[in-house]
Amino acid sequence: MSQDPTVRVERWTLQSRISILAAAIILAILATGPFFFGNNAIDKLTTLFIYVILAVTWNALAGYGGLVSVGQQAFFGLGAYAAVRLADAGLNVYVSLVLAAVIIAAVSLPISSFMLRLRGGEFAIGMWVVAELCHLLVNLDSLVQGETGTSLIALNAYDADTRHALNYWVALGSMTAILVILFVLLRSRIGSAIQAIRDNEEAAASLGVRVMGTKRIIYVFAAFGAALAGALWLSTAITFQPKTYFGVQWTAYMIFMVLVGGLGTFEGAILGALIFFLIETWFGGSGVWYLIGLGATALVFSLFVPRGIWGWLERRFGLGLLPLGYRILGVPSATRMQTPDDGGIGAAPSVGTP
Amino acid sequence: MMIWVNQIVQGILLGGYYAVIACGLSFMFSVMRMINLAHGSLAIVAAFALYVLADQYGFNPFSALILVLPAMAVLGWVLQRTILERSQRGGMLVPILSTFGLSIVLDNLLFEQFGADTRSLAPFIDELSYDSWTITDDLYIGKLAALTFVAAVVILGGLQLFLTRTQLGRSIRATAEDPDTVGLIGINAKRVNAAAAAIALVTVGIAGAFLGMRATFDAYAGGPQLIFAFEAAVIGGAGSLWGTLIGGIVLGVAQSLGAQISPQGFLITGHIVFLAVLFGRLHLDTIGTKFRKTVRRSA
Repeated sequence: MSQDPTVRVERWTLQSRISILAAAIILAILATGPFFFGNNAIDKLTTLFIYVILAVTWNALAGYGGLVSVGQQAFFGLGAYAAVRLADAGLNVYVSLVLAAVIIAAVSLPISSFMLRLRGGEFAIGMWVVAELCHLLVNLDSLVQGETGTSLIALNAYDADTRHALNYWVALGSMTAILVILFVLLRSRIGSAIQAIRDNEEAAASLGVRVMGTKRIIYVFAAFGAALAGALWLSTAITFQPKTYFGVQWTAYMIFMVLVGGLGTFEGAILGALIFFLIETWFGGSGVWYLIGLGATALVFSLFVPRGIWGWLERRFGLGLLPLGYRILGVPSATRMQTPDDGGIGAAPSVGTP
Repeated sequence: MMIWVNQIVQGILLGGYYAVIACGLSFMFSVMRMINLAHGSLAIVAAFALYVLADQYGFNPFSALILVLPAMAVLGWVLQRTILERSQRGGMLVPILSTFGLSIVLDNLLFEQFGADTRSLAPFIDELSYDSWTITDDLYIGKLAALTFVAAVVILGGLQLFLTRTQLGRSIRATAEDPDTVGLIGINAKRVNAAAAAIALVTVGIAGAFLGMRATFDAYAGGPQLIFAFEAAVIGGAGSLWGTLIGGIVLGVAQSLGAQISPQGFLITGHIVFLAVLFGRLHLDTIGTKFRKTVRRSA
């Protein structure tokens, strides 16, 4: 193809340049938030940032890596627990939050070495077993006092306004960092490798893709994200009750966000987090029916709209806000490359129609 | 010393229950190559159905099974034709996502209907729930636990006979081997899979009955049951019927011994043994491969 003078491969489009600029402007405006908003709005937005982290990292694992885990609450809970422990040891609270996520990412490395040998549903439930075990082991710690739990008392060092603002900035910074890391990862060789593995592990291996190493990078990244989200959640909730943090409902939220937004699309996970945030704000009070609705929506999307709202928009309007894939321009229409129209998750998300 | 022997005996009997709940999961995995994450929740649905029949209409739980098991079979058929079949066409990930969504719906519908109270079928089966044969002072065998174990053996043996001796059983095995090719020899793979799902859900119904009789349950009890079923199935080697019984026994004995060490030990030991078996198997595989390579090189 490269010999053909009429063909040009393009990565940065005008659309993607504009959207990157827009994203930077939005983040810059958000950064000034605490100067304008009240504590209530600040807390709400902090929650949204945490949801984005959860959705984006779960999507990295499931949507790009093809590894559906129903046990990411293991890292969510461990992240919060490690933060409690570090703060209890006298470390600055906000340093503890970030350091906790780094430690848990390190912990996830040995876990990955045998969880990643499992495939499909076995990996999914295997991770759930890991989460249950982590929950039970954390309960044994006398500092946590079983299900009674404990609190991040060290946060008392800050007055209420400062605390809300710091939580907000740390969450915003973390979200930005996670998005940038994933963006860079997906544009690198690893991004192509992990999607190749998702689509066909044997074929990828035969082309010389390092299957285990690549999977491990994405697994540790997802664990880091979940742990960071857990630690940040702790900073807003203050109390640490193991049952809340290690609950499988976190997985339900992540699945909902990613399925509705768009499995395997970068923008979709963010959109999903936003949708989930709005739905929770409006219907969160309706208790059980809200959860039934979440489960039913996830079920319907998985069956009928497997690429979510963003995947649908992308195909319908040829959208591609972020320069993650390649666009091929000037191809004669007979040989024009098109997005495979199989509707499955395996469809290459990065090849856009010119 | 006798305490430990007793714990092992109780663990083996508990393994019978795990075999009952795991065999449906294992059966569906071997036939349809998918893990149904709503497996545990469906067992709880059956337990609640039995509870309502016993509590509101005065049925004995065993006779209520005559109504509940056919209903579970129909549910399995419908589930396969409406959700599972469609999800399987979407690739390997979709069945996990859709059955997880289904489990959330089921759990919360049960919660909506029955609230947070724990229920049990034990009051409806009179002395069977606590009667036991005393072997020595420290060793006893509960009649219900023994019945569960016998039921496990009968179900597994029955499934084995069904798969080898009947036309439908052979069709199921053929479909499991190659769902595309069986169409050429006049087998309707969709109907066969639906029949397999119906059979799997009958075993889930039986598991729900035994769970309800030997313990308490609530709307959210499905998750842990799925995990136990999965652990027993994987320890025994996913897809192998009699392996499920061995897996159940290993899990039951591990939990039972763990409970003797500390109150939290029951679950922790179970999970650790599961992970250890998993790790051991992967490790043995590596050793096996190295061994084969060495043999090939020297040959």
